[in-house]
Amino acid sequence: MIEMKEISKVYSLGGEEVHALDHASLRIADGEFVAVIGPSGSGKSTLMNIMGCLDTADSGEYILDDMPIEDYSEDDLARIRNQKIGFVFQSFNLLSKMSALENVELPLIYRGLRSREIHSRAADALALMGLADRMKHKPTELSGGQQQRVAIARALVTNPSLILADEPTGNLDYSTGQEIMRLFEDLHEAGNTVVLITHDDNVANAAPRRIRILDGRVTEEDSTC
Amino acid sequence: MLMQSFRMAFSSITSNKMRSFLTMLGIIIGIMAVVVLVSIVTSATDSIMGELDSLGADKLTVTVLNQRGLPLTLKEVSGYPDEYDSIAYVAPTARQSATAKTSTKEADAMILGTTSSYMEVEDLKLQAGRFLKSPDLENNSSVAVIGPSLANDLFSTVDVVGKTFYVGGRGFTIIGVLETAGESLLGSTNSAAIVPFTLAERMFRLQGISSFTVKAADSTLVAEAEDDLKHAMTARFKDESSFSVLNQSALLSSLDSIQGTLTLMLGGIAAISLLVGGIGIMNIMLVSVAERTREIGIRKAIGASRKRILTQFLIESLVLSTVGGLLGLLVSWGLLGLVSYVMDASYTMSPDVAVLAVVFSMVVGLIFGINPANKAAKMPPIEALRTE
Repeated sequence: MIEMKEISKVYSLGGEEVHALDHASLRIADGEFVAVIGPSGSGKSTLMNIMGCLDTADSGEYILDDMPIEDYSEDDLARIRNQKIGFVFQSFNLLSKMSALENVELPLIYRGLRSREIHSRAADALALMGLADRMKHKPTELSGGQQQRVAIARALVTNPSLILADEPTGNLDYSTGQEIMRLFEDLHEAGNTVVLITHDDNVANAAPRRIRILDGRVTEEDSTC
Repeated sequence: MLMQSFRMAFSSITSNKMRSFLTMLGIIIGIMAVVVLVSIVTSATDSIMGELDSLGADKLTVTVLNQRGLPLTLKEVSGYPDEYDSIAYVAPTARQSATAKTSTKEADAMILGTTSSYMEVEDLKLQAGRFLKSPDLENNSSVAVIGPSLANDLFSTVDVVGKTFYVGGRGFTIIGVLETAGESLLGSTNSAAIVPFTLAERMFRLQGISSFTVKAADSTLVAEAEDDLKHAMTARFKDESSFSVLNQSALLSSLDSIQGTLTLMLGGIAAISLLVGGIGIMNIMLVSVAERTREIGIRKAIGASRKRILTQFLIESLVLSTVGGLLGLLVSWGLLGLVSYVMDASYTMSPDVAVLAVVFSMVVGLIFGINPANKAAKMPPIEALRTE
């Protein structure tokens, strides 16, 4: 479960203070599929960074799985990210010199598992994404949709508490984007918690619950749509 | 974890072969400089020392520089072993090059006049016949013990005992043949003709003994023997500048220190070039960290700790420098082989130098890798992810 209470984050840009997040509060239960919608500059990236433990808030409280994420050290945050968060990025962010399988293995390697377990879990995750026959391929030898599916496999392989997708369809054509969105729906149905961050209402419509963010303020949208 | 880091380091190094090679070149040249120079110096001095050693560390050579009208006699010199406990054997030496002839052939020979003690002093071995004996000296017998090369040159065989050769019209009967000895600084006995000292004295028109070799009673008594000889000579000539005593073990130790100094100096110069190589590694690692900012961001996003990133980049520079060091050793080995072949000498790589060079290159890689690796480890993940 994710709970944010009165989260604020202030940046100073050229001597001017920017409230990226202004007392934002939200609550996401386990197994929910939530879209966070907002235009660029609305603070949704900051929200994602804090939610994904890439950054910590200036004030407020963030509780992830009953664990308050405070001003932890960088290494503590890295460990939390490794165990609780699965990232899916707009630009896939795969390591280009590694094969699909090696990319998916990486978070498990950082977790320090035995290599046999790492290998079988990574292969299972890729198979689940329908890429069983593409494991040895490098990202450059894969299509955009396939690359994103490798990235989703990488996010999924650690059994995270939260899958955090930042504009996952932004670099894909329409039909591939639809395909990826259906994957997220499948993941949601399988019981995963998915937070989708997007500026696109059409993409957001796939999620049963939508949160709007504007100028750092969070508002819940009526879920009957 | 380390295995993984090594695999990543290797794949990163091989993915940019040209750059990796150029980076390593600094280390390769540095290692080559150390290993080749130090090996050549060590091999050269080792061979000189080996020769000196074979001359015998328990020997002293006395040269009379000025007789001051009081020639040293054979009788005096032969009395030293009885007179001093520190001295076991004394053999006077008179050398001169000459042409030895038979009825059909001739050859250059070193005529060496000495006494029967020379065999003990120089540890000579005979393959046939006998060495000089006291009666030969007393009778001025025209007999000679010759080296195997001279025997071959004159008779095309070493089975020559009883045969005769001529030097300056005087005939010598061969009474013995020496075994083949190694070449040494002072020439070898292989092409020598050893004749009675009294005869050589007359042939060369010498007056008194101008040089003699002493063998100490024990290798621990060399210094004592040297003192005794200096004492005896000073008493004899009333002047310390009219003779010189050469102590071979003293020569050895001074050569040893020369070698040490040379090695240290060359090692120092080469260490500087390794340092330059290390700076090259640091430079490339910094570029590599900057280029791979996004990769670092991704790794951190999926859970790589600072230590992981630090280890990864540190191992990468360690692998670069170690591979460079090993390649340097390989090149040195080839180069030493080539130099040995061209110079017709044997320059070998000493294992100490090889190990030291590789360890040093590893240390260089680690030290110059710390800064770039630390920079990578400290990169904030959000900014690293934002970089294109």
